[in-house]
Amino acid sequence: MSGLYAYLTSEAPASRGQARLAQAYRRWLALKANPLALAGLAIVVMLLLVAAFAPLIATHDPLAQNLDGRLLPPSAKNWFGTDALGRDIFSRIVHGTRVTLVIVLLVVISVGPIGLLIGTVAGYFGGWTDRVLMRITDIFLAFPRLVLALAFVAVLGPGIENACIAIALTAWPPYARVARAETLVVRNSDYIAAVRLQGASNARIVLKHIMPVCIPSLIVRTTLDMAGIILTAAGLGFLGLGAQPPLPEWGAMIANGREYIFDQWWVATFPGLAICLVALGFNLLGDGLRDVLDAR
Amino acid sequence: MADRRAFSLARSFGREITTVVVTFLGLLAVTFFIARVMPVDPVLAVVGDRAPADVYERARLELGLDKPLLVQFWIYLQKVFSGDFGKSVLTSNPVLVDIKRVFPATLELATLGTLIGITLGIPLGVLAATRQGRWPDHVARFIGLFGYSVPIFWLGLMGLLLFYAKLGWVSGPGRIGVSYQDFIEPITGVLLIDCALNGDWDAFRNAASHLILPSACLGLFSTAYISRMTRSFMIQELQQQYITTARVKGMSEARVIWRHGLRNAMVPLLTVIALSYANLLEGSVLTETVFAWPGLGRYITNSLLSADMNAVLGGTIVVGAIFVGINLLTDLMGRLLDPRAR
Repeated sequence: MSGLYAYLTSEAPASRGQARLAQAYRRWLALKANPLALAGLAIVVMLLLVAAFAPLIATHDPLAQNLDGRLLPPSAKNWFGTDALGRDIFSRIVHGTRVTLVIVLLVVISVGPIGLLIGTVAGYFGGWTDRVLMRITDIFLAFPRLVLALAFVAVLGPGIENACIAIALTAWPPYARVARAETLVVRNSDYIAAVRLQGASNARIVLKHIMPVCIPSLIVRTTLDMAGIILTAAGLGFLGLGAQPPLPEWGAMIANGREYIFDQWWVATFPGLAICLVALGFNLLGDGLRDVLDAR
Repeated sequence: MADRRAFSLARSFGREITTVVVTFLGLLAVTFFIARVMPVDPVLAVVGDRAPADVYERARLELGLDKPLLVQFWIYLQKVFSGDFGKSVLTSNPVLVDIKRVFPATLELATLGTLIGITLGIPLGVLAATRQGRWPDHVARFIGLFGYSVPIFWLGLMGLLLFYAKLGWVSGPGRIGVSYQDFIEPITGVLLIDCALNGDWDAFRNAASHLILPSACLGLFSTAYISRMTRSFMIQELQQQYITTARVKGMSEARVIWRHGLRNAMVPLLTVIALSYANLLEGSVLTETVFAWPGLGRYITNSLLSADMNAVLGGTIVVGAIFVGINLLTDLMGRLLDPRAR
């Protein structure tokens, strides 16, 4: 153990790998010192575990209807009660973690690269490229996010993939802004000039030497944005434009519980609590990561 | 000297306005594109799907669908700028007439929400900044986290459950009780003002009891945002030297904070408040659905659910235009108020 500790805290790392591990370790120590960030991390890890082991954790089949047991209040058998079709709400929430994760992943893997590419290209080349790309970014930024997502869903049709595309189309501009700002900081620095003197192409400079610099702030931005993505997706689901039934999507579950809110409060309450918890987790973790990664 | 400053100010205004025009044109291009890639055939929407070929062809020519795309975009621009967003299929009114009718309701909601956000958020943010790490700071942080993590439509439902169904403190969904509905003569469209102008205080109270819950929901989000930003602006200002000077002069701490610090923090805060206002216009889409509030947000979602594209795109353009307008306004205001930004 002490060997590993010495390896990680060595003042003179012997290899690139060791230096990277040491930096990761230092960041972990900084993150560990922040209890709120740790709580956020715990929630996110819990989300991942629940999603991974959903069939084992769920007490019922999330899709199995039981019309004799409709709208039952929370009990030892149905922990969070049952919905209008007699489906177990606890099991649906547990399986809903998968839907939420799929949405978040789909959005993140499409938004990150788009924003990174547009931002770094605009920042690196400058001039007209920059002006045109930033104008386009501003146009998308000028649109209210949810309303634009609604308009896109109207074209694409409702459904979970289309909801993701719509959210991604509206979510990339801030990422491009962040990546551009980071690029502007480093584009005139000596190491870029050195790489260029060695004959590296523009593509190589952007891909290999500028993009990696932008990644930490993009990770922070992504984590802070996760809650927003989850809330937007839930909003689309609530309006009936996101995940379609019978998928156990939390927003849609709240919409189902809406007409029973006054008499069977549990139908809408528990999925909402799940959304709050997960969004809170990402927000806490994002705040913590910002302090650790965004030293500038 | 004064001439040159006026000239440079005018030039930066000019540049700002060009930016806004380009942004707005881009916004229209996006909606035009959305309308073009719609899987719904716009000709069939006009003539019905059993029209003979010659009727179909004539309608197609009338809609200008045979012309090049750029020409079509030009025609579209002309229509939009003359206020013609087409007819709503759902209400069979021109979309602009519909929007004029529903917009005051949204305005009422967002305005009250922002007012709540300002009156709670700014003092909270200032207290959090001056008492860092103590309880006002924790309260501000908690409200901030809560506001950023709660789905607004769920919060609205919970509010209805608690304050309407269980406690009976406020009225339920809708804008005003049925018994008052037809007796208020619309003057401004903003119901509270109309009631007051009509001198009907009974209706005023009823409308207010409908309004308070949805605007409190929006107000929470506004408070979360405004208090967070106030805190960070104030922390920045309180580190400045003029604050030290003021303290050295023996000024009371309250005066230093509220008159000197906050006054300077207000300039960036105005931008934040305007952005929060714009965000509430958007947040009203979900809130209005929950509270059956007959505003622009519900108009857009209802139209969307019945595939009424003219109405959806018209609403989108109006909301987008308001966004652009608010951004422009705050930019100009910031420049006028802060000589350093000129």
